[in-house]
Amino acid sequence: MADTPGSPQTPQTPLTPQTSETTSRSVGAAIELEGLTKRYPGGALPAVDNVSMDIRAGETVILVGPSGCGKSTTLKMINRLIEPTGGRIRIGGEDVTHMDPVRLRRTIGYAIQASGLFPHMTVAQNIALVPKMLRWPAARVRARVEEMLDLVGLDPGEFHGRYPRQLSGGQQQRVGVARALAADPPVLLMDEPFGAVDPITRDHLQDELIRLQRELHKTIVFVTHDFDEAIKIGDRIAVLRERSHIAQFDTPEAILTNPADDFVSGFVGAGAALKRLNLTRVRDVEITDYPTVTVDDPLQHIFNRLRSSGTNEILLLDKQGRPYKWLRRGDMMRAKGSLARAGTLVHDTVTRDATLRDALEAVLTDNTGRVAVTGRRGAYEGVVDVETLMNSVHELLEADRLEAREAQHGLEEQRAAQTHAEQEGFGGAGGLGGEAKA
Amino acid sequence: MNFWEYLGNRHQQLLTDAFQHASVVFQCMVVATVLGVLIGVATYRSEWAGNLATLTTATLLTIPALAMIGLLIPIVGLGVPPTVIALTLYGLLPIVRNAIVGLRGVDPSLVDAAKGIGMSPVARLARVELPLAWPPILTGIRVSTQMLMGIAAIAAFASGPGLGNLIFRGIASLGSKNALNQVLAGTLGIIVLALLFDAAYVLIGRLTIPRGIRG
Repeated sequence: MADTPGSPQTPQTPLTPQTSETTSRSVGAAIELEGLTKRYPGGALPAVDNVSMDIRAGETVILVGPSGCGKSTTLKMINRLIEPTGGRIRIGGEDVTHMDPVRLRRTIGYAIQASGLFPHMTVAQNIALVPKMLRWPAARVRARVEEMLDLVGLDPGEFHGRYPRQLSGGQQQRVGVARALAADPPVLLMDEPFGAVDPITRDHLQDELIRLQRELHKTIVFVTHDFDEAIKIGDRIAVLRERSHIAQFDTPEAILTNPADDFVSGFVGAGAALKRLNLTRVRDVEITDYPTVTVDDPLQHIFNRLRSSGTNEILLLDKQGRPYKWLRRGDMMRAKGSLARAGTLVHDTVTRDATLRDALEAVLTDNTGRVAVTGRRGAYEGVVDVETLMNSVHELLEADRLEAREAQHGLEEQRAAQTHAEQEGFGGAGGLGGEAKA
Repeated sequence: MNFWEYLGNRHQQLLTDAFQHASVVFQCMVVATVLGVLIGVATYRSEWAGNLATLTTATLLTIPALAMIGLLIPIVGLGVPPTVIALTLYGLLPIVRNAIVGLRGVDPSLVDAAKGIGMSPVARLARVELPLAWPPILTGIRVSTQMLMGIAAIAAFASGPGLGNLIFRGIASLGSKNALNQVLAGTLGIIVLALLFDAAYVLIGRLTIPRGIRG
């Protein structure tokens, strides 16, 4: 796969051995929150009440909940932008509850909504901030900036000297993530980072984040109010209700198929089966090869391929190996051999990190019944067709149904045992318990 | 003697006065800028302190210039000291007010980001808040300078330096043949100086406001 941006790929930045050592990244550190509480003076109830949570190293945990539930406050207590009034925080086993907050924050990446880039600094200056504060040598900072830009999919040569206002929202957000990761922190906190970008860009950024995380294995705590975003990105999701009380903290699959209570199922919302499609990625289904030609191929070769392929159409790739057009048999004739006029443009492609839902969407909008899968820099890697998708969906739903039935069964058994115990144990009190359950 | 002949005869004296005028305004502006920004930095975070600073400097500005200098003479004597003190005090208000408004106007999410990536309070101020507040502060400095140009003329009342001397002398000897020329030369000199300073500020703005936030 071409997905290895950690290795220095930009030929214009010769990396010295010392700097390539920095690419051997620090992986995540576990975060333990223990009875974390935030009480504001004058408030009758605490804003965050006694939250305990174990976040494993290298895990992406999503805090999701309605607005005002204290999820953001909880996040900001981890890097002590908000000082907790009670409880403790341990990162990588070290108690940081009373550590110097400035020093602590330099070891924790922080990305916020609308990127938080400083408008008076260039992209490179923004990214270099934390490494400079940590007094990295200048050459290493420079190399790191290029590396980070490359990592988040922005061409260093082009974006290096730009100011934030010269970037699109999505690009700004990428730079924001690059800045958060620049000093290679083991922990990354993200506070609704994609909240301010349009849905399409948000989708791309989510895919990028998933790709990054697969390479970096940071511990990510991510706050959002968008449950779909949560199931897409999270390894585990903490559904929070008011005062940051944890309603359920589990894998997306478990929350979708077996919500703990009405609050959680209300939050999951309708269409759980469709949402289930968000949990499976294109990489998990069969990606098939497909006959391709490139625009540089001689026309005769293209004709031969079309004839010998055994399919109705072939995929035309551009000079960079990216899907460009679908060519049908008749197309070349009608366009009198001109590639510029022949075929239909490829509308939509998906990456291996895209969800099956994205893939289904793409297949449905493209009239070819299949969608091209692309890798790094949009290069063609294969296709997924509608039959593959349908089969996968059926299998998934079947498996889920089975699982849910088992869980239901388990729950009933548990309840029966409980009722039994109550009746045995307390006699009259069993009646009360039964009433409360009804 | 018409005005042009007057200018030709007295240009040496006029240039000296103009230079002194510019010099005293410039020096007072430097002091007022440093003090004003410091006051702004010290008070912008607190609602009441910021308001108090703005109110105090605004009150100072309402004192008539002639009265202010007159009140200063018994305390610090004649000449340069009352001029410098009065000009500096008058110069404060626009700078303090704009510094406070500018610093308070910095997007809170940027301050949050600066804290979140581990900037110390001093670094946050020096690298994020002040650079972002600089355009309004510079506007304040510009307004102050224009104002001081005029007020400096009154310094001649306390035997201070500058083009005000010409105006006062002219007014004192109204009716004599050069009276009008003197007043005219003093006034026009101040206007020319003010325009030159303003041009300089435009240049300073081009040089010091980062490209990323230039409007």
